[in-house]
Amino acid sequence: MKDKLLNIKEEAISSVHEAKDLDDLENLRVKYLGKKGQLTLLLREMGKLSKEERPVIGKLANEVREAIEKELAEAKESFREKMKLEKIEQEKIDVTISQRKKRLGHRHPLLATIEELENLFMNMGFSVIDGPEIETVYNNFDALNTPENHPSRDLTDTFYITEDILLRTHTSPVQIRSMLERGAPLRMVSAGRTFRFDDVDDTHSPMFHQIEGLVVGENITLANLKYTIDVFVKELFGQDMKTRFRPHYFPFTEPSAEVDVSCISCKGKGCSVCNGTGWSMELLGCGMVHPKVLENCGIDPEKYSGFAFGMGVDRITMIKYGINDIRLLFENDNRFLEQF
Amino acid sequence: MLVPVKWLKDYVDLEDISSKELADELTLSGSHVESIKSLGEDVENVVVGKIEKIEKHENADKLLVCTVDTGKEILTIVTGAKNIKEGDYVPVALVGAKLPGGIEIKKTNFRGIDSFGMLCSLKELGYEDNVIPKYQRDGILILDKEYQPGTDIKEVLGLHGEIIEFEITPNRPDCLSLIGMARETAATFNRKLELPKIEIKDEVDHIHDYVEKIEVDETLCNRYYTRVIKDVKIKESPLWLQTRLMEAGVRPINNIVDITNYVMLEFGQPLHAFDLKKLKHNKIVVRTAKEGEKIVTLDNVERNLNNTHLLITDGEEPIGIAGVMGGLDSEITEDTEIVLLESANFNDKSIRKTAKSLGLRTEASSRYEKGLDPNLCELAAERVCQLVEEIGAGKIVKGVIDVYPNKREEKTIKLRPEKVNSLLGVELTTEEMIGYLERLCLKTKEEEGLLHVTIPTYRLDLGIEVDLIEEIGRLYGFHNVESQPLKGELTRGEKSYNRLVEDKAKSILQGLGYNEVMTYSFISPKAYDRINIEKESPLRNYIEIMNPLGEDYSVMRTTLIPNMLDLLVRNYNRGVKECYTYEIGNTFIPKELPLKELPYEKKVLIIGMYGDEDFYSLKESVEILFERLGIRDLEFVPEKNNPTFHPNRSALILKDGESFGILGEIHIDVMENYDLDKRIYIADLDFEKIVQHANLERRYKPLPKYPAITRDIAVVVDMDITVGEIQKEILSKGEGLIENVELFDVYTGAQVEEGKKSLAFSIIYRSHERTLVDEEVNKIQDNIILALKDKFNANLRS
Repeated sequence: MKDKLLNIKEEAISSVHEAKDLDDLENLRVKYLGKKGQLTLLLREMGKLSKEERPVIGKLANEVREAIEKELAEAKESFREKMKLEKIEQEKIDVTISQRKKRLGHRHPLLATIEELENLFMNMGFSVIDGPEIETVYNNFDALNTPENHPSRDLTDTFYITEDILLRTHTSPVQIRSMLERGAPLRMVSAGRTFRFDDVDDTHSPMFHQIEGLVVGENITLANLKYTIDVFVKELFGQDMKTRFRPHYFPFTEPSAEVDVSCISCKGKGCSVCNGTGWSMELLGCGMVHPKVLENCGIDPEKYSGFAFGMGVDRITMIKYGINDIRLLFENDNRFLEQF
Repeated sequence: MLVPVKWLKDYVDLEDISSKELADELTLSGSHVESIKSLGEDVENVVVGKIEKIEKHENADKLLVCTVDTGKEILTIVTGAKNIKEGDYVPVALVGAKLPGGIEIKKTNFRGIDSFGMLCSLKELGYEDNVIPKYQRDGILILDKEYQPGTDIKEVLGLHGEIIEFEITPNRPDCLSLIGMARETAATFNRKLELPKIEIKDEVDHIHDYVEKIEVDETLCNRYYTRVIKDVKIKESPLWLQTRLMEAGVRPINNIVDITNYVMLEFGQPLHAFDLKKLKHNKIVVRTAKEGEKIVTLDNVERNLNNTHLLITDGEEPIGIAGVMGGLDSEITEDTEIVLLESANFNDKSIRKTAKSLGLRTEASSRYEKGLDPNLCELAAERVCQLVEEIGAGKIVKGVIDVYPNKREEKTIKLRPEKVNSLLGVELTTEEMIGYLERLCLKTKEEEGLLHVTIPTYRLDLGIEVDLIEEIGRLYGFHNVESQPLKGELTRGEKSYNRLVEDKAKSILQGLGYNEVMTYSFISPKAYDRINIEKESPLRNYIEIMNPLGEDYSVMRTTLIPNMLDLLVRNYNRGVKECYTYEIGNTFIPKELPLKELPYEKKVLIIGMYGDEDFYSLKESVEILFERLGIRDLEFVPEKNNPTFHPNRSALILKDGESFGILGEIHIDVMENYDLDKRIYIADLDFEKIVQHANLERRYKPLPKYPAITRDIAVVVDMDITVGEIQKEILSKGEGLIENVELFDVYTGAQVEEGKKSLAFSIIYRSHERTLVDEEVNKIQDNIILALKDKFNANLRS
């Protein structure tokens, strides 16, 4: 009996070593350890043994079973490992292939710039207000203290619908609307489409965009205006940008100024783009709200003062992204749009 | 405004200040510099030469051989010029000389004769065509008098120093003059302003011997100041005068005209010289024109006049259009002997209207339009007389006739020093303020803490206190004002709900792969024909622009479809394979035409695409967009009657019967109009309605606790039955237990009767209260089959 057990053990273990796959192992398990397996059958004959022999053989039989099971388990594990490796090997793909079926849309660079500017001013406490593209002559010119003879009122400068209605030439009428509706104090920005009688070329378009800001309150000063513009320019173009305030003239502000920023190309060192001056000209116009404009909007200029600023967003967008032709902004060529 | 720095130095001492510094400082005090040009920069080795002898070239008819004395040596120079004679003094570019345009002069052989240099014209010396006098245009510059041969030509012509071009804002017409700019310069650098001392040494006769009387229309003519000059000898001006004019951008004509132009540049006052002998009567009457009256102006154009035009007449015939242009008949010519000099001031609005209605804007009219100080008339006329005397162009007749009905006086403005500081955010003392004002020639008197500032009559821009605050501010320097953050209560920036929905919609569309586009608010009226809009459609009630740039930009759009088609077609024609785009923009809906009040600006969302995807892809995007904006239960109803869209591939988008717009494929006819063979899909959506129904709030709903049961069903129905109808019917029979009905197959062909189609749906059942059992699902499923049979004659496909 003992010999038979040892034989089974030896035979089983060597068969396991020769097994070729998981199926072979399962067959061997059935052959030796299954209900009708050799070991099971042999153990049924235990009853024939003497009382002395039984525990000895029993112990041996268990050892044989454990040895075979252990061998089987190890072999199985090694086969699994091998198969996994084979599977991994077979699943090799070419990771350099690009599919690109999914699309993510692009924001229009100009409209994205407007949103960026609006958000920037919102964070500074300005409310974003929209106004109509078709305006009254009153809101666009008269209320803004534009002299009757001012050339901007000409048919060669402004698109008119009727004598009293026009396509707004700037976003400033939204200031008038906001002051009339909301009174003082007030902090607002407004961006949108504006129109001027300009033929299309690489720097002109009959439709363009402005963003306009207005602050009205008690003790608002030119110093406050400068601070606000500084913060905005640095946020938009970077902390190393400088601003230069130059006195200028606008009918609706007094004093008025134009603001230059350091040349975008050389950041103020002087280069060919800025003719060596270090300044990019005329980023925006601004000033202290003219007392007549405040009066026109029912705000007492003795109690309140304010500042306003406005700038062309098309130009800012072009400077920011290095776009050299304004027409690109309105052509909507997909190959242009997908660069932003 | 071109300002030669040399000329400016006549009035302000600027010896220690470079032109660059001058330009920078003036920019910061409010005179914006547009450009700086250096004179004679690229002229080298050009000297005065005296032509000793001129001989014909033996081998060339058109060439002359000159012997020229250039001081150090006598040179042989071959030239093609015709205007030279022996004894002339001319500019000679020596061998090795440099001229503008990178030209370098070398010894050259002209048909066998060596030429050692070149005789130069003004153009070759770098003067612009538009300022070179007509008499100098076609030849060598003949210098006006004897100069030492060998003298550097730059010295003779004053070809050195800088010309600064300033941008003058419309509120400062006084700065459109050398003296105006000198005043700004003196104020900026805190230096003394030296005005020219005007004196006339010798006067003859009396003006009344020549001019009977002067009458003016007092409403339109503020002042008419005249002098008479006799024994006039019309000829070229001396070189210094010519070069000054050319440097300031004005073409020299003859001595009298040049002097009036010189004084106009100097003082800003336009002047006009009439040939007195050519007047029918010895008088001047300034009146409005009679209807139908005519005049031929200096530019040799006959002008038809009406009673808004102000004329200068000799009491009978018009001799000039006031402030705009003189008449040809009374023009100064070579034969002119007696000049009547006009130095007048006319109503700015009247001049503006006249110039505009005649389409004739001149240097004079644009100066009058901007507003001039009538007190300049006298100064300017006297200055002309002085210069005439100085250069010997004529004799000054004694006496003036000065009709000055609307005298302008100085006024005073009260200024509160505390207001200056509170508006600028600075802390200036009253003394500092007075200092700045006086630098600008504004006399200031302090009384009980208040400043009384006297405003000179030429400062038309100073009317109220805040104007003076600006003057102080700009001389103190805006750049010196220290920034201060806004103080006061914290405010929160807000955005309207409309804009929040818009931002959200844009981010959804971006996620769906659509590019944002932007197109003009105005379109061509022909676009409505191209997109097949019926003649009577309300879409054709568009607002027209009175003065459009052209038909393409002439009406305010009532739909965004033409713009979208334009850009898609443009992209396709440029070889872009696929395009997925959207725009949110306004349409303009008039309440009545012609417009009496502002129109309704209605916001529209348009999505347009072409590429590999189709109607269903666009519809999917629209469905996702609405869903993510919180708008549910939409119906898509076939729309056959929109002329822009394919009648069998478009749908109205409805919710509770209300339309949100349309989506579909563009009609074949429209595609033909655009000459395109690619299918285009467009969704045209009412964005205001979207905003009204949008719901951006979200509440958590518990996740499903109980399992779903899925049943598939395939039915055979007539071709015309829509999937939507069937889905709706299935849902309605679901007893609230159907979570979703998904179409997963559409089949026609073998095993399905002709004219019919097989539709297969997956129906997902789920309850939120319990686990469903087969029996109840079976019962509902049976009801559904019955209902479909009943309603659509649908047979279960076996």
